[in-house]
Amino acid sequence: MAKTFRGGVHPYEGKELTEDKPVVPYEPKGLMVYPLSQHIGAPAVPCVNKGDRVLRGQKIAEAGGFVSAAIFSSVSGTVQSIAPHRVANGDMVSSIIIQNDGLYEEVIFDVAADPYTLSEEEIIGKIKDAGIVGMGGAGFPTHVKLSPKEPAKIDHIIANCSECEPYLTSDYRQMIDDPGSLVEGMKLILTVFRKAKGVFAIEDNKPAAIEAVSELIKGERRMEICVLKTKYPQGGERQLIKAVTGREVNSKMLPADAGCIVDNVATLVAVFNAVKYGRPIMNRLFTVSGDAIEDPQNYLVYTGTSMKELLEEAGNDPEKTAKYISGGPMMGFAMFDTDVPITKTNSSILAFTEDEVSKNKTTACINCGKCVEVCPERLVPSRLAKMADHGDAAGFEKWYGLECIECGSCSFICPAKRPLAQSIRIMKRSVLAAKRKK
Amino acid sequence: MLIVIIALLPTSVFGIYNFGLRALIHMLISVATAVLCEFLMNKIRKQPVTVGDLSAVVTGLMLALNVPVALPFWETALGSAFAIVIVKMLFGGLGQNFMNPALAGRCFLVIAFAADMTNFNCDAYSGATPLASIRAGESVNVMNMLIGKTGGAIGETSALCILLGAIIMILFGVIDLSIPAGYIISFVLFMGVFGGHGFDSTYLVAELCGGGLMLGVFFMATDYVTSPITPVGRVVYGVCCGVLTGLFRCFGANADGVSFAIILSNLMVPVIEKITVPTAFGVVRVREVKKDEKNNS
Repeated sequence: MAKTFRGGVHPYEGKELTEDKPVVPYEPKGLMVYPLSQHIGAPAVPCVNKGDRVLRGQKIAEAGGFVSAAIFSSVSGTVQSIAPHRVANGDMVSSIIIQNDGLYEEVIFDVAADPYTLSEEEIIGKIKDAGIVGMGGAGFPTHVKLSPKEPAKIDHIIANCSECEPYLTSDYRQMIDDPGSLVEGMKLILTVFRKAKGVFAIEDNKPAAIEAVSELIKGERRMEICVLKTKYPQGGERQLIKAVTGREVNSKMLPADAGCIVDNVATLVAVFNAVKYGRPIMNRLFTVSGDAIEDPQNYLVYTGTSMKELLEEAGNDPEKTAKYISGGPMMGFAMFDTDVPITKTNSSILAFTEDEVSKNKTTACINCGKCVEVCPERLVPSRLAKMADHGDAAGFEKWYGLECIECGSCSFICPAKRPLAQSIRIMKRSVLAAKRKK
Repeated sequence: MLIVIIALLPTSVFGIYNFGLRALIHMLISVATAVLCEFLMNKIRKQPVTVGDLSAVVTGLMLALNVPVALPFWETALGSAFAIVIVKMLFGGLGQNFMNPALAGRCFLVIAFAADMTNFNCDAYSGATPLASIRAGESVNVMNMLIGKTGGAIGETSALCILLGAIIMILFGVIDLSIPAGYIISFVLFMGVFGGHGFDSTYLVAELCGGGLMLGVFFMATDYVTSPITPVGRVVYGVCCGVLTGLFRCFGANADGVSFAIILSNLMVPVIEKITVPTAFGVVRVREVKKDEKNNS
């Protein structure tokens, strides 16, 4: 029996567009842009100046604190400027802009002969030095995640292989093409947490991935596969922990409080590359898909590449595109400008010929309760949205509005097409902001 | 809404078969009045026209199913207008009314035209309704009550047709069983204890099939707008309806009490929701931990 959580929805998956296509490497043509904020926490601090020549793999910005991450150049070239640049969510973020010389001259990386003999501190140190952050989207610095208050209590390392957002297939391709790096990454983290077992949590719509990983972990006593039901948001951290361990985590807890550490596929692969080969995050897998893309693909890209270049490469006509989304259709951002760099955390760009959402006509809420049925957090979204629209902060908190994970299942299911998640998200921001002021 | 209308068809058709053409005229008048009233209110208040959502059709049809066939047509029209104008539109239209409009319309008619609303004599049937007979201590034919070949309001007599409609709504996911189950179970328990016949199955089935109970349980109490949205609240609300119906039937002046029980329960919905706010995912654990800390200290 596949494991799961209560609630959730089944959106159109759209993965058939790219799931069987092998990864295509893409060499960037234009300027490379490295935003200083590609993670949760303090922005990184530049350690290069305008005009400097940099090599591929060279650190160009230092971590700005403990909860922060260093940034590395993915190409060799010259620093053209350090200036604000648009990023995928629409913000302007101070960025290091590098003129690519096309030579890809690399620095010499510190390769470890046998990484499994390293101490816990050394492994975490290497991960920190490589600027690794959660590559599934949130961008939480991985070395912070691996330094919980009570490391002895960690008994589950969960590899988030569920990739529940529609259209996204980069993690899937990684599991098919190179499951070895993923398993090795897990092995390294298990070296840090000696009492934990490693669980690969994979949705049951990816049988080939389940098979590929199973084959590799045969005989590994500390690793297992947990098959999950295909459902959105199965890859949500709290939902994943529930499905795998039966434990529940709320907004005030960290996964570590439930004895879990959750990392997605790309992050574990990055951990392996960092610890074994000393290589920082310089490339990542990136899906370009949607019905406005002539030739949807999974690309192996250099971080800092403009999404616009990839759209052109994949055959996208901006004239015929009504909507661009960075990330998945459920939680991603609608974009007004596609000339934004791919950062460590961006996994996809989608282009659609029709903007279905903005064509929806909103009607009155009739209290049908569909949103309550699907909410994975057991909330009452229709009520929360009403309180949000009325600015009722006290009621919003009392009805657990702050527990919302913004997965968008309520907006998706609402027969009256009400933008519930959007209202709740805005209210959550303002309630949290008011709390910080106090 | 369309599925609700389809689900109401079996009992509507049976009503026409049972009570004749006059039943159909009631339905047409009631639906037409409801739709027209909503349209006029939209126009007067310069709002977009909302009759397309079919909710006025449902309200009109439900009201017609809840009146006796001998009722003067103008009274049906008045009840329908009251339901739409006063109960629904003046409170803000679809989704904003705090009472089920059709039931409020029926209760309005019961109070305003008590004699007409309790006159169930017609060409097909005369004499007391089954519920009144039970009250008087007479025996009733339970089989006829199941099929619906008895006197009563147009659409409430056939338990089988209503159940057929209920199954349609459940299969299409329009309603779930939490409210009906809470309603029926609490009602049966209440009648078993206070009905004076114990848990006699014939008596209980007759009580279940009698009056507007079946129609009320599946079509009125389950109205989204006027029932709680919280999962536990739905059960509590169902129990409220069941207990009140039992109370009115055992100790009230009327033989039936479904409409009043449901609209009174409608009024309690905000309170029920307030005390049944579902605990969010993962939050219970924290509370338990806190309790433990208190116990330890």
